[in-house]
Order: sequence, then C-alpha cells, then structure tokens
Amino acid sequence: MSKISVIIEREYITRVRKKSFIIMTLLAPLLMAAVIVVPTLLMTNQDTEMKKIAVIEDKSDLFKNVIPNLKNTEFVYLENTRFEDLKNNFEQAGYYGVLYISPEVINVPEAVQMISRKQPPITLLEHIERSLEKEIERQKLLTYKIENLDEIMKNVRSKVSVQTIKLDSTGSVKQTSTGISMALAYINSFLIYILVFVFGSQVMRGVIEEKTSRVVEVIISSAKPVELMMGKIIGLALVGLTQFLIWIILTFGIVTVVKSSVFPKENVKTAVQSAPQDLMTRSMNIPQEQAEQITQQANNISPEFAKIFDSALNQPWGLIIFSFIFYFISGYLLYASIFAAIGSAVDNETETQQFMLPITIPIIFGLFVAMSTMQNPESSIAFWFSLIPFTSPIVMMARIPFGVPGWQLALSMVVLAATFVGFVWMAAKIYRTGILMYGKKTSWQEIWKWLRYKG
Amino acid sequence: MALFEAQNVTKQYGSTLALDRLSISVPAQSIYGLLGPNGAGKTTLIRIINQITGPDSGELFLDGRKLKPSDVADIGYLPEERGLYKKMKVGEQALYFARLKGLTKHEAMRRLKYWFKKLDIVDWWGKKVEELSKGMAQKVQFVTTVLHEPKLIIFDEPFTGFDPVNVNIIKNEILFLRERGATIIFSTHNMGSVEELCDNITLIDHGRSMLEGKVDEIRKSWAGNEYTVTFDEKVRVPENGKFSILESAEEDHKTVIRLKSLTSASTNQIISELMNSGNISAFSPALPSMNDIFLRVVQSKSPEPTR
Repeated sequence: MSKISVIIEREYITRVRKKSFIIMTLLAPLLMAAVIVVPTLLMTNQDTEMKKIAVIEDKSDLFKNVIPNLKNTEFVYLENTRFEDLKNNFEQAGYYGVLYISPEVINVPEAVQMISRKQPPITLLEHIERSLEKEIERQKLLTYKIENLDEIMKNVRSKVSVQTIKLDSTGSVKQTSTGISMALAYINSFLIYILVFVFGSQVMRGVIEEKTSRVVEVIISSAKPVELMMGKIIGLALVGLTQFLIWIILTFGIVTVVKSSVFPKENVKTAVQSAPQDLMTRSMNIPQEQAEQITQQANNISPEFAKIFDSALNQPWGLIIFSFIFYFISGYLLYASIFAAIGSAVDNETETQQFMLPITIPIIFGLFVAMSTMQNPESSIAFWFSLIPFTSPIVMMARIPFGVPGWQLALSMVVLAATFVGFVWMAAKIYRTGILMYGKKTSWQEIWKWLRYKG
Repeated sequence: MALFEAQNVTKQYGSTLALDRLSISVPAQSIYGLLGPNGAGKTTLIRIINQITGPDSGELFLDGRKLKPSDVADIGYLPEERGLYKKMKVGEQALYFARLKGLTKHEAMRRLKYWFKKLDIVDWWGKKVEELSKGMAQKVQFVTTVLHEPKLIIFDEPFTGFDPVNVNIIKNEILFLRERGATIIFSTHNMGSVEELCDNITLIDHGRSMLEGKVDEIRKSWAGNEYTVTFDEKVRVPENGKFSILESAEEDHKTVIRLKSLTSASTNQIISELMNSGNISAFSPALPSMNDIFLRVVQSKSPEPTR
C-alpha cells in the first residue's frame, strides 16, 4: 500500500507542476468568467446610458406620445420641427437618435426611419416597432367603427407563460424549469465526457511513455504491475479532481470580484436580471445564506427571474453531486483501465489506433444519446443507454436533472460498478504481460492470450 | 553458503520453453556470471528472480528462505534496456526509485548525497534526464540500483554505453560492492569482463544450463593440453608426433608459439623437446578465453568439454 502511495504521489506532483497544467488551470476559469461577465457587462453598459430620442412626424400627430419611455430611454415628441432641420443640426440637438414617422406608415412598413450615430440595440428597435404596430392596429380597428372598442381590446388581449410543475414521489410540488434542467444535463454529461476522455487518454500516454522509455522494468522490480497501473490511474483522477475544483473556485471568485468592482450597488439589480446564466452558475456553488440573499433580491426585482432561480434551487443538488462523483469515478476507472491496457499493449502512440476506435465509439455515442436524452428523457433509448456501463455515466448524468426512478439509478450504478471491477481486473492482466512485450505488433488474439496467462 | 538458489525453474511462454528445469546456486559475496546467447532465457530468469513474473514450476531461495514478495527490497536490478523518466529531474527520480524500494525520504536523501559525490555527479541533481548523455543517465541508474544496499544485485550488461574511463569506475564500484558484502549476478556478452570479474558462471542455452562452475576451474578443464611458449629469438619449431603447433607469431627478437600436446607426455618432456629449437624465456599452460569456451559450448551444443 505504501508503494502505491509513492506512485500516486509522483503521478500527481509531476503533472500538477507541469506548465501546461498550470496554464490550463488558470486560463480556463478566466475564459469561463469572461463568457459569463462580458455579455453582462455589455448589456448593462448600454442600459446605463440615458438616451433621448426625438420623435418627429410629417404633417400629422397620429403617433403623439404613443411610444412609452423605457428605463434608460426617453422619447421626446417634437411638434413643428422639420426632420431635415434636426438631421442637419444633429450634433447640437444632443439626441441619441431621431425617429421619423411618415404618414404612409399605415400602408408601408418601411416608412419609419431612425437616424443615430451608433447602431441602436435590437431591443430598442423592437420596442419602437411593437409600439407603432400596436398603434397602427388600433387606428385601423377604429376605422371599423366598432362600439366599445377599447373594452373589447382589453378583453381580447392575453398573455401565456407555461409554468412547469414536477410532481415528486412524496407528493410535494416543485416548480421546475426545463431550461435549467437541460442546461444542467448538458453541463453534467459534457463534463463527464471530457474528464473521462482527457484523463483516460493521459493514463494511456503515461503507460506508453513508461514502456517506451523502459522505466517500467525498473519499477516493476520494486512494485507490482497492478500497483503501478492503479497508482497512475488514481494519481490522474486526483489531478482531474484538483483541476475541476480549482476551476469552480476560480470561476466563482473571478465572477464575484468583477461583479462587485464593475457594477455599482444600485446597478446590481440590472446586472442580476440580465445575466440569468451567471446566477445559475453561481447557484451551483454558493453557500445557502448567500443564495437566499440573492433570491430575496431577485424576488424584489422580477417575479419571473425569481421563478427561474427557485427552480434552480429546487434541483436535487445532493443527488446530482453524489451521482456526478460516482459516475465520474466509476466511468473514469472503467475507461482509464482500458486505456492503460491499450497503452501497455503497444510500442508507440501511432499503434494505438486499431484499439482506440472500439473505445471512442461508445464514448462519443454516449454523448449523442445524452444530447437526444435532453429532448426526451423518458425514451427507451435513454433508459437502455443509461444502463449500459460504457455509456451510462454520460447518459445517466443527462437524465438525472429531469428525474430518474430510484431503481433505474441503482441498477445502473450496480451494473457500472460490477463492470469497472471486472475491467480493472482484466486490464491488470493484460497490462502485466503487455508492458514487458516489445517489438511485436500486438493483435486482439495476442491480448486474448495474455488474459489467460496465469501467475 | 549460497545466498541465492534456483532449483528446477521452468517457465513456458506459449509454445516456447524459456527455462527448462534450470538450477543455479550463487555463493554469498561473490560475482556470478550469467552467460548465454540472445534468447537463451537469461532475461526470463532475471525477471523471475525479481518476481516480475513467476515460474511455472521450481523453487527460489534467498538467504536460505523461500523467495517472497517483500524480498524485492533486498534485490537491486539494473535492466539491460534501461530507462528513466525523461522529463523528471535526476535527483527527484533517484529519490522516487529509492522510495519505491522502501527507503524513507530522509534516508534516501542521505545515501543519494553520498553516491552522487562518490561518482562525481552532484551537478546533475537538478537537471532533467533528457539533458544527460546516455552514459550519464547510466551512472544515475547505477546509483538507483545499489542505493538501497541490496543483498543481491543483478546487473544486466552494465557496461554498454560507457566509455573506457567510466567502465573502469563502474567495475571498481562493483568490486567494492562485493567487498562490502553484496552478492552480484552479472549477465553479459562481454567475456573479457567475465574473466576479470566473475567468480562463478552458468552458461545458459535454450533455457538449460550448459556449463556451470568456478571461472578458473572451467578454464583449466577446457585447457586441453595447450601451452604457450616464448623464445627470446626468432625460431622455427618443427612439429613432431608429440605435439602440433596451433599458432606461431614472431615479434622483434621474440617468438610466441601455442601448441597442443598430442600424447600424455609430461610438461618436462615437452620442454626438453622444445629446448632443442632455441632459448625458452617463458612456458605456461594456455587457458582458453571464456569467449572460446562460450563459442564452443553454444556451437557444439554439448554440455561437456571435449578433452
């Protein structure tokens, strides 16, 4: 046992000290944080600028005060001002933009012009279009001379927003959001895929390095081949977990720091509102009381957002984290042991190809199934592939946010655990023979023979 | 007393019999040569001693007890195909191997300092292995092999890749290790170093022991009535029924002749015969080199010397 810990220590320390590891570990959270912060920053920055837009009509006053002001945008209706004059004195007038509505607008949709120095944001244009359309509709309806038109209009106007509610076995009702479940499913299965694949193939490369540099013979005269193999696999798993942990902490840290320094207090609301994905990320790893604080804040701002947030908090976090760790470790052990066996059987990396294909296919297939699972988590494909151990880590992690019956989860875990134990055992047998075989191109038959060697 | 013994060790790989009831007995504090052509089974035997693989049948004893897994701490092994982690620093790497052999970090450091100083490689401590030359890396590996002060050290072709100066250094270190009580198994094709270093040898071919014993005795028993005679002048020695001339070489004012006695004539009789040809300055029985013996055994496939 002490030898395996010496081996784990070496695998861990040499990798963690590598420049590539340090760079990746530090850079990835910066990128992730940038993805979260930059769009938020852009959105809120535009919003904070007070805009004044002049509205001018040609020879009529149909649209007087029709466009409601926005939080950061004021629409100023100018009577008796000629569009041309304002256009020529644009700088002095000090408007963000000038909106010119010609009377033909009732028949010609393009009869509205907006001039400005900057490209106006889409949301602003949509707001103007919607307001004008509504007014034109109203005007057109008026020409039909319907009695009590205003009342009818009020009655007719309607709005729909589907609320999804998931009934769990205890009978309690929780509000969920399909969007959040999907995002979680996506993140979970993709992370498992990446971790298993990246660190699994690093195990293989490590084994090949030891074999080609002939270090292996010295080591296995001191430690058992199984110890060397497992030491490598465990050491790399720890490297993976370390990197993952640092990513989470750093991403959270950077986002928090940037947020508190860039957005002044009174603007936090808008920042929070406009960056729901940001909050989702945060909700995954922030302490409870802080989360509640944010929820409260969110409640004050926008009921819609609060719902999303509630739904994020209503996810079965305990189950998700537990299954993530279980499926990562088991899936990784399963694949890493196969990767180690392959590494031991070949003389160099180019030879790995004939063995790699049968392994990469189930992993990638698992990812595809996981993607389709998000559309339809109850399908029989989703069910079967979340039981098959080669795809279950990826597919099951995609299903869990949508709710999985307990027996299916248990069955899947038992099957996976049994399989990885079996594969680690087989890999150890292949590895033991393979690492000492040189110069021969290894075939599948050869590997089958190694499996049956005793002693 | 034998420090290491292998009795009737057999190992089969598929249809090839790598070792066929092989037995060796390595006396304590001696250097034991393991000879044999490529593919004879030397590496298999060494791997079995190191418990990298197990024998199909047969038994192994270290220090009179059956060999057990924990004994790897008492064995040092320098494989023929040697390797170190290229990207790892020399010192860290040596420390790693020492710890795998069961030394504590502290103890390993102390001994490493001693050896690095002794072999004059202290400056390489912080260098990566890929920056070293092949010979330098070999020196580092030599240190890692002997660092845990094993009772039994196995060197597989320890001199390949060294320049003559370093060969000499390593040779002296091996003799020094024996002096300090280590028992050494030494596998090589270099017969010159066998004559120089080994006390006993076993010659393996096709997994079987073809020849075993003390180096001196083997050479004597293979001598086969051959003698080397030196005359201090240029001479021509006529052959007669008593001996045949195998080799005759003239150097300035000197003639060296190798002859084989054909009868059971005593050395005195031969000398008196030779005295007629000229002035003899030296006469000695000619011992065959280990190289000759090796070739003759392997080529004739006969386990007994021909007399």
